[in-house]
Parts: sequence; structure tokens; C-alpha cells
Amino acid sequence: MSLPLFVIFAALLIVSALGVILQRNPVRSALSLVVTLFLLAVVFIFLEAHLVALLQIVVYAGAIMVLFLFVIMLLNLQSEPVEVGRVGLRFAAAAAGSLFALQLIWVARAKGFLAGGMNDGLPADFGSTTVLGEKLFTQYLLPFEITSVLLLVAIIGAVVLAKRQVN
Amino acid sequence: MVPVTYYLVLSAILFAIGAVGVLIRRNVIVIFMSIELMLNAVNLLFVAFARQWHAMDGQVIVFFVMTVAAAEAAVGLAIIISMFRGRETTNVDELNLLRW
Repeated sequence: MSLPLFVIFAALLIVSALGVILQRNPVRSALSLVVTLFLLAVVFIFLEAHLVALLQIVVYAGAIMVLFLFVIMLLNLQSEPVEVGRVGLRFAAAAAGSLFALQLIWVARAKGFLAGGMNDGLPADFGSTTVLGEKLFTQYLLPFEITSVLLLVAIIGAVVLAKRQVN
Repeated sequence: MVPVTYYLVLSAILFAIGAVGVLIRRNVIVIFMSIELMLNAVNLLFVAFARQWHAMDGQVIVFFVMTVAAAEAAVGLAIIISMFRGRETTNVDELNLLRW
């Protein structure tokens, strides 16, 4: 995958991620997050993770974000008011966030575990459904079954929590 | 070609943006969305390393992270709905029942 294309998508990702946290209207934040998820799915395809990219679009952008938008519409959320007298706080937040990111980047560049591998040839079915399914049902069978129990518990919990109390 | 450091840097920036979003926003749903942004930054990291070391295990972990994120989003939003019914606010400063 070529470097200029990666830089373009990285810049778009950062812009849309900033759009998630900086916009005052929650619907616009949700839509910015949908754009971020789609761009991330494209980056996953660049990294030869085809099934994961598909699942990102279908599950994350197609189900979880729709759930978020339903809740925002259900609660009829308005835009956040501009907070008065806190301009200094915004600069402090931006400075702290940049410091945090620089710290992580410094650690990422300092170590020597980044030797090669990205340009080597891959097996032809890397990232395909077959190989992922094979690993999921043989080596990772126990987490898979536990995840199904987790989903059941989440469904029951969500229904119980959101049910209207009949007194 | 793109060395894996570039993916690390991008993931770090996305994670930092999500963390700042959790800290500075007062709307509880936007806080949730920033948490999802952090989870996606970690997914990007896993997939990048799966590509580097030619191991599909990274993508299997991403599969599980996505599942857990879906379950967590469903339960979290149900909690928000039930709190909103009682208090009519999504400002996280006013949801302070557990505060001392």
C-alpha cells in the first residue's frame, strides 16, 4: 500500500476523530464517528484484514452507531451550550491531549521491534473468512463460547434496564 | 510501503483524541462515543501487528473486541436511558448519585 494514500487516509481519520470530540451537536458527533469507522475499515483493507473490515462496517457502523443514533433521537438531545469563562480550559485540554499523544508516539518509535514484516509476501488467504473462522473455532473456541454468554447477559441486562417500570 | 511505526503513531493519536474526548465533554453519549473511538484505535493497532507478524491472532482479538464493544454499548445506553427517565439530564456533572 502506498505511502501518500496512507497519509491521506490518516489525515482524514484525524480530522473526523477531532470532529467527534469537538462538535457540540451530538448527532454531528455520531455522524463523525460513522465516518471515522468507515475510514478505519478502509485502512483495515489496506492491512489485508478483509473480514475484519467487513465486520467493522456491518457491526460497528451499521449496528452500534445506529443504536447510538436511536438513543440520541429518543432522548431528543440538544446541542451543548458554550460554557462561559472556560477558554483556558480548552487550551489546557488540547495541550494535555497533545502531550499524551506525543508520549505514546515517543514510546512507539523508541523500541526496536519494528523490524520488517510489512513488505513480505503473505499467504494468499491471509485475512479471509476461512482462516479467521478456522482459528476462531479451534484455537479460540473457549473465548468464542464465553462471548456468546456475554452477549446473552448483555441482552438481558439491556432489556431489564431500559424497561419502563410498571408500578 | 508503509512501515508499521506509522500505524502505531496513527493509533496513538486516535487514542489520545478519544481520551481527551472522555475528559472534556459533558454529554454522556459523546463520552461513550469517545470510548468507542479509543477501542477502534486499539483495533487498528492489533490489525497492524497482525499484518507485520503474519499472525491471524490479531484479527481474532479484534473480532472479540468488537463483540465486547457491542455488548458494552447496548448495556451502557440502556443505563443512560433509565437515568434520563429519572433525571431528565444527560449532563454528566448532574448524574452524581454515587458521589460523596
